[in-house]
Amino acid sequence: MQKIGVFVCWCGSNIAQTVDVQAVSDALAKEPGVVYSTNYQYMCSEAGQNLIKDAVKEYGLTGVVICSCSPRMHEATFRKAVASVGLNPYMLEVANIREQCSWIHKDKEVGTEKAIILGRAAIAKVQLNAPLQAGESPVVKRALVIGGGIAGIQTALDIAEAGFEVDIVEKNPTIGGKMTQIDKTFPTLDCAACILTPKMVDCAQNEKIHIYSYSELKEVKGFVGNFSVKINKKARYVDENKCTGCGECTTKCPMKNVPNEFNLGMDNRRAIYIPFAQAVPKVATIDPNYCNMLKNGKCGLCAKVCGAGAIDYKQQDQVIEEKYGAIVVATGYNPIKLDKFDEFGYSLSKDVITSLEFERLTNAAGPTSGTLLRPSDGKHPHTIVFVQCVGSRDTSGCGKPYCSKICCMYTAKHAMLTREKYPDTDVYVFYIDVRSPGKNYDEFYRRAVEQYGVHYIKGMVGKVAPRADGKIMVQASDLLANEQLHIEADLVVLAAAIEPDKSARPLATMLTASMDTNDFFTEAHAKLRPVESPTAGIFLSGACQGPKDIPDTVSQASAAAAKVIGLLVKDKLTTNPCVAQSNELMCNGCSSCEKVCPYGAITYIDKEFRMPDRTTRIRRVASVNPAVCQGCGACTVACPSGAMDLKGFSNSQIMAEVDAICQMK
Amino acid sequence: MQGMMLNRAKELLSDGTVNRVLGWQAGEFVYDITPAVFETEEELDAGFVYNGFCGNNLSKYLVKETLKDGKILVFLKPCDTYSFNQLLTEHRIDREKICAIGIPCDGKTSGEMLKAKGISGITGISEDADNFVVDTIYGQTTVAKADALEERCKTCKSKKHVAYDELLGEDGEILDSHRFDMVAKLEAMTPDERFAFWREQLSKCIRCNACRNVCPACTCEQCVFDNPKSGIAQKAAADSFEENMFHIIRAFHVAGRCTDCGECSRVCPQNIPLHLLNRKFIKDINELYGDYQAGAEVGTRAPLTNYTQEDVEPSIVYHREGK
Amino acid sequence: MPNEVKAFKPKIVAFCCNWCSYAGADLAGTNRLAYPADVKIIRVPCSCRVNPMFILRAFQRGADGVILCGCHPGDCHYTTGNYYARRRMTLLFSMLDFLGIEKERTRVEWVSAAEGAKFAATMNDFVATVTALGENKRLEDLRCKE
Repeated sequence: MQKIGVFVCWCGSNIAQTVDVQAVSDALAKEPGVVYSTNYQYMCSEAGQNLIKDAVKEYGLTGVVICSCSPRMHEATFRKAVASVGLNPYMLEVANIREQCSWIHKDKEVGTEKAIILGRAAIAKVQLNAPLQAGESPVVKRALVIGGGIAGIQTALDIAEAGFEVDIVEKNPTIGGKMTQIDKTFPTLDCAACILTPKMVDCAQNEKIHIYSYSELKEVKGFVGNFSVKINKKARYVDENKCTGCGECTTKCPMKNVPNEFNLGMDNRRAIYIPFAQAVPKVATIDPNYCNMLKNGKCGLCAKVCGAGAIDYKQQDQVIEEKYGAIVVATGYNPIKLDKFDEFGYSLSKDVITSLEFERLTNAAGPTSGTLLRPSDGKHPHTIVFVQCVGSRDTSGCGKPYCSKICCMYTAKHAMLTREKYPDTDVYVFYIDVRSPGKNYDEFYRRAVEQYGVHYIKGMVGKVAPRADGKIMVQASDLLANEQLHIEADLVVLAAAIEPDKSARPLATMLTASMDTNDFFTEAHAKLRPVESPTAGIFLSGACQGPKDIPDTVSQASAAAAKVIGLLVKDKLTTNPCVAQSNELMCNGCSSCEKVCPYGAITYIDKEFRMPDRTTRIRRVASVNPAVCQGCGACTVACPSGAMDLKGFSNSQIMAEVDAICQMK
Repeated sequence: MQGMMLNRAKELLSDGTVNRVLGWQAGEFVYDITPAVFETEEELDAGFVYNGFCGNNLSKYLVKETLKDGKILVFLKPCDTYSFNQLLTEHRIDREKICAIGIPCDGKTSGEMLKAKGISGITGISEDADNFVVDTIYGQTTVAKADALEERCKTCKSKKHVAYDELLGEDGEILDSHRFDMVAKLEAMTPDERFAFWREQLSKCIRCNACRNVCPACTCEQCVFDNPKSGIAQKAAADSFEENMFHIIRAFHVAGRCTDCGECSRVCPQNIPLHLLNRKFIKDINELYGDYQAGAEVGTRAPLTNYTQEDVEPSIVYHREGK
Repeated sequence: MPNEVKAFKPKIVAFCCNWCSYAGADLAGTNRLAYPADVKIIRVPCSCRVNPMFILRAFQRGADGVILCGCHPGDCHYTTGNYYARRRMTLLFSMLDFLGIEKERTRVEWVSAAEGAKFAATMNDFVATVTALGENKRLEDLRCKE
């Protein structure tokens, strides 16, 4: 039997006005196990806390019940107080007699009666409380960033700046991501490469940063502070340490007709290639789908011309194992495929292109060396139609229900730059709404309309039909003028919706990080914890969490880095002691608990049991990792045998409360 | 069929593939069938039977048997294979230690069913497609299966084996069984009528635990009803509440895991239609969360350890029509 | 003295998840939104912590109504807990109804930390419903009545 002290707070008159605090402390004094019961004006004040501490010492209390305001208010205060005099803080329970009693009941008799019952329930619970110890788990002082786009780069640089080791895993041969393909950036019109490539070089040169390019995650185990990760480094058939990036091989390779993904297939590269001049690492990669040597053993030209002897046709995938304290997801986005949108004729004409393809057509490093030319005939287009919201804000099922956020601004940018460079071009933009919140964004859009004479038309394009003479007929409605428009265009640019990278879904499963229905990672709290996943130790950077432009991405990337640094500076993490615990003797090993655990905290081990007849038997039993368990209790109900229980909210504790409340006299 | 099974069992015993055979044997009377483990050919010859009384689902016994050394042969009727898969899904049995032989089943009867038809002095049973041919000390009697089948066999859900290493005889099909008709009939009653129905049924309960002990979904290392700390530990049924509580909790514990093998009702000495509680859950799950047959495949996620964001709200219970 | 017939006061147990509904109940208090004292709240970390056994236990011990409150679907602090709770309670309530036990004695309501008014309104409504049903006679254990 516990020795329980009961402390009834008046909260000035907040409680005392509608609850007879003396009657409550008198009634609760008669409960089994209660050895001391009192009331006081302000239990949370220093004098009140001293009253509690003194009683714990004087009466040797093993349990404490505070009848006061909500435990959400002062439970931590009181727990700290009793801990300071040597009582385990989890031997204390709070009965909420203010928010859930005195403040909502006007009749003092009613309020007093209820307060007594709430007190009894808390006493009944404390009878069954057990001292709990917050666990500790060590922190590996190294971070992993998945994805080497601008988000991943910024996060890695910030973490490295704070002095921690950080690895970037990038699935492509170079870091840089989508931003490398972009020509200029709104609203300042800086050249994307000019602001991005120095950061890429910083990454490569930073001693704290290690880049695993052309690599993917294979397996993630562990938990916050202590993840162990297997990284698959794909064979690139070139020794990274020997290759100087001179590019000789990429000019000699006879396989000239490989679609160049960097230019979105609008020109070709060789089977051995460096994605672009500023690639980091600047190392050649052999594309095994096209290389003759790898496919049928004939050629070997690149090996002959390589002065460094870096070519290695026998190279194998390599699995690297590393431990991390924190993982940052920065897997980014992709424009959606447009084949489903027949009305826009994307697959019917080469001159219907996506906005990202338009970026390449205007980029000096692009397939046309920056001159805006029609992909079909290489002629200069005189009428260009931009279509916004292609697949965005689309609830028909073809596209995405959300706003892709960046399209309004980059379309304004494209329209403006076109008009500036080619003033003889007519530019039309079809929009549903123009969304331009952001510093200097609306000014930027207005400049496109007012200074550059871009024809902004509110309305949706109904049909894009290429004609035999090379013109593209665009049929659209002008909602403001309420008329149908027919435009003969030379080039149509579609602002395709963006979606999370396809690698995100399997990654989320590996990390047990939750996603929304659109496969964007969900944050721990939409407002207050926007860069953390609900899964401890997993952080979110950039467009993997939702559509974002570059300034937002970089802000969030730095925010994620700050959170990671905040974790890595700790030597040890204290863990919530109210976690699930499995009684191995009763566990069936049926895996029900594991299936409902949102954190992957439950694993199974084969354990040897000694049987009453002195034989041993090996059974599969659940084992909860207390560092990962967050204490929701889903497993306790899924467990058919009742082997799984939750510390601090055990089955017997909750039933004791139920009994105390129901058995009112 | 019994001969084929016996021969195959002996072959597998003698060539060392298995070292035990899990099958059926008769008790004092031919219709008192119990599951049995045979270790030698002699034991098989002496005791092994398979006939119209062999209703027992043997899959549950594999939980204990596969903890032992060596491989065991088990004979599984189509409905037993669902329990078998469910036990595999829940890691309760070790597939490596089992050789499973699927055997056909055209429905089972029981001594009790036949006695109710006025047949006594039963000494043996055989069957053809439509009839049981019963040997008695008074001679041979033929009784139509339609009249003598166990309740669960009348609404058999599947003649198809969903798991086996080898098959004796022909495999059947999944049937359209109308097994939810009685549940639907109860649902159509008023709450008072339902309460009266279940009070009458459940008040017969003597808490013998036979339903739990035979249930292939009830293989817990320690049952909550036997655990003094669970708050609902074993008590004799002292009043109406006990029976309600026991059966609700039992049905809930197996909800989404119950394969509807019907063993609970078969063994109930008080003839309480316990399977209706399980079927109610199965029917609800099918209607609310999409068709789900526990044990149809290994490794599926049971409906209660699964969810969709669009799941119905519990308030649907208030809005369902008619009641 | 004539025997006074005491007005029926139901016993109501409300399980509230710590993160949303318990906070919603606190907010109802902060805003002085009254609901009957018959409601007694038990704090649980998540609606998924509530075992159907707790609900049956409450009825056994003489509760007349049991309500479970949790975060709105999609807002669970533990991301998925209330989805499991939703399935469990749907099936449990349906089973109680199948046994002829008044389904109105059980309820699930999603109440966010911001919905103090909803919490109070829900409790007022639930108490009124259960009061109208009268004493729980179909699921009680007479031995618990002493």
